[in-house]
Amino acid sequence: MREIKLSKILFWLLLVVMTAFYMGPFLFSLSISFNAEQDVFQWPIKLLPEKWTLNNYLHVWQDLPFSTWLTNSLIITVVQTLTNVFFASLAGFAFARLNFPGKNLIFSIFMASLMIPGIILLVPKFIVLNEMNLINTYAGIMLPGLITVVNIFLMKQFFETIPKDLEEAALIDGCSYFRIFWQIFLPVSKPALAAVAIYTFQGSWNEFMWTVIVTTTSDMFTLPVGMNFLKNEFQVNWPLLMSGTILISLPTLIIFLVFQRYFVEGVASSGSKE
Amino acid sequence: MAKVELKNIRKTYDGDVTVIKDANVTIEDKEFAVLVGPSGCGKSTLLRMVAGLEDISGGDLMIDGERVNDLSPKDRNISMVFQNYALYPHMTVFDNMAFGLKLQKTPKKEIKERVEEAAEILGLTELLQRRPKAMSGGQRQRVAIGRSIVRKPKVFLFDEPLSNLDAKLRVQMRMEIKRLHKKLNATMIYVTHDQIEAMTMGSKIVVLKSGDVMQADQPMTLYNDPANQFVGSFIGSPSMNFATGKVVKNGRQYFEGQGLKFSIPENIEEKTAQFLDQEITLGFRPESIYNHDYEDKAQLTEKNEIEIDVTEPIGAETFIYFHSAGKEFCMRSSSGLSYQNNQKINIGLDAKKLYFFDTKTGKRLA
Repeated sequence: MREIKLSKILFWLLLVVMTAFYMGPFLFSLSISFNAEQDVFQWPIKLLPEKWTLNNYLHVWQDLPFSTWLTNSLIITVVQTLTNVFFASLAGFAFARLNFPGKNLIFSIFMASLMIPGIILLVPKFIVLNEMNLINTYAGIMLPGLITVVNIFLMKQFFETIPKDLEEAALIDGCSYFRIFWQIFLPVSKPALAAVAIYTFQGSWNEFMWTVIVTTTSDMFTLPVGMNFLKNEFQVNWPLLMSGTILISLPTLIIFLVFQRYFVEGVASSGSKE
Repeated sequence: MAKVELKNIRKTYDGDVTVIKDANVTIEDKEFAVLVGPSGCGKSTLLRMVAGLEDISGGDLMIDGERVNDLSPKDRNISMVFQNYALYPHMTVFDNMAFGLKLQKTPKKEIKERVEEAAEILGLTELLQRRPKAMSGGQRQRVAIGRSIVRKPKVFLFDEPLSNLDAKLRVQMRMEIKRLHKKLNATMIYVTHDQIEAMTMGSKIVVLKSGDVMQADQPMTLYNDPANQFVGSFIGSPSMNFATGKVVKNGRQYFEGQGLKFSIPENIEEKTAQFLDQEITLGFRPESIYNHDYEDKAQLTEKNEIEIDVTEPIGAETFIYFHSAGKEFCMRSSSGLSYQNNQKINIGLDAKKLYFFDTKTGKRLA
């Protein structure tokens, strides 16, 4: 009994430490975003500002092209999320349920491509898109992320857990394979679809490196890239940067909280389905 | 409704693994055929070939005289009930049953009528708006059957539909499916590994072993007249007893083996004469063994003394297990006599119910 209690205490302690580790910087950013600029570097550090101000949030909206960057971010993220959910589930279904020549080979190549660090691909991708005259366009920013192998893999794994009987019952009922995908498999795959959507939304919303490379004018910036330009060589307006950052992180936070149940189910989707 | 003919049906995987070997079976219109056999015998594969879910490697599959080998499942006019029900979890009972009809573009009014009629037959009327998740195993299987009924197929296929249900429900559903067969007057093909299910439900039983059709006939014909040792052992519970030995001639013909010796009935002497001094397997059912001293039965073989190992009284009858020359035998007694462990008794076999099999091939000799 005592041992169990001790292990529980240790477990909770670990959770508290980890939460502090992850939440600390976020809370500190939150605190800075409500501080006046001159108060940020006060010593000792105060987590609760002496004088609360909403000016930083106001400045973000008024002084920066925040709404343009927000629109860019929204367009890119929504398009990439939708295409990923659609194509990844379609490809996942094909790999999980259809038989076609070279299926295993193609899937192996897909998986092998995961071994290549993304950073190596930046230059070739840039060259290709440059040849296509797509630099500094929505298409240029979005194209490479319209579908990702990880999402295909995730959907394939999920579809493989759906009993074959269900597919066969649908075949006897008169479904084509596309209808089986659309009317039977997709509706029962909400957890996996939610996981793919959240993953993609998060990745796309926070994408920085590729957007920096492929954009040349500030009107094509997304929020993370725009925020980066608040840092210049000599000075950083920390409260302004933090309030922008807090605003950026809100959508992913809200989405995760709303769809948390699906997300966890989707990631741990090895259980059998009925 | 329809007649289903399997003509030299063969199934091979990767060109060299044969799982069904030239199966020839005819299932008449309105017949309830049961495919039965141990795990891996190919019974489900055969059913799935009829359904169109498995390709047919060779032979012809005819439904109502039409060759359907190359037709897709939906064009064969069949329906199938699966072991795991295979209900669409995101649809209500009504939608599950109506789904196939919607795909066939059946008018809405007719769909409603047909679903309600099937629900009425199966006692599902109150559950039409429920999701499968909120139903018990028995109810789900009824929905699966309902989904079959509404389509009014030529042939109903059942793939071990009762395996996931508990023993009591299984017996109940067994009766319901039989009743349904009577009511619909339809051709049904039913797969099970449970020989009791096969015996109680089928009007024809097809016994399979390792991809071979061992025998296809009416249940009691299989029981009373098995074509081979496998059918003899598979059909009946407890299983048929087998003793290996020889037919020897000493004036009359005798069977000698496994510690048992008795004369062979005169009416089959002519047949067994061909196997004199050759190894042969004798089969006899537990209920064909009698207590020679107390049971007055005509045509009993000579006495053979055995010592009882254990008895299993189950009420109306008692199973008595004994060993003879290292082999276990079972006797079924419904005489009301009381038996004890280690008791010595004289047994005799019903001479009319002896089966002789070729030990090597298992083929019935007499």
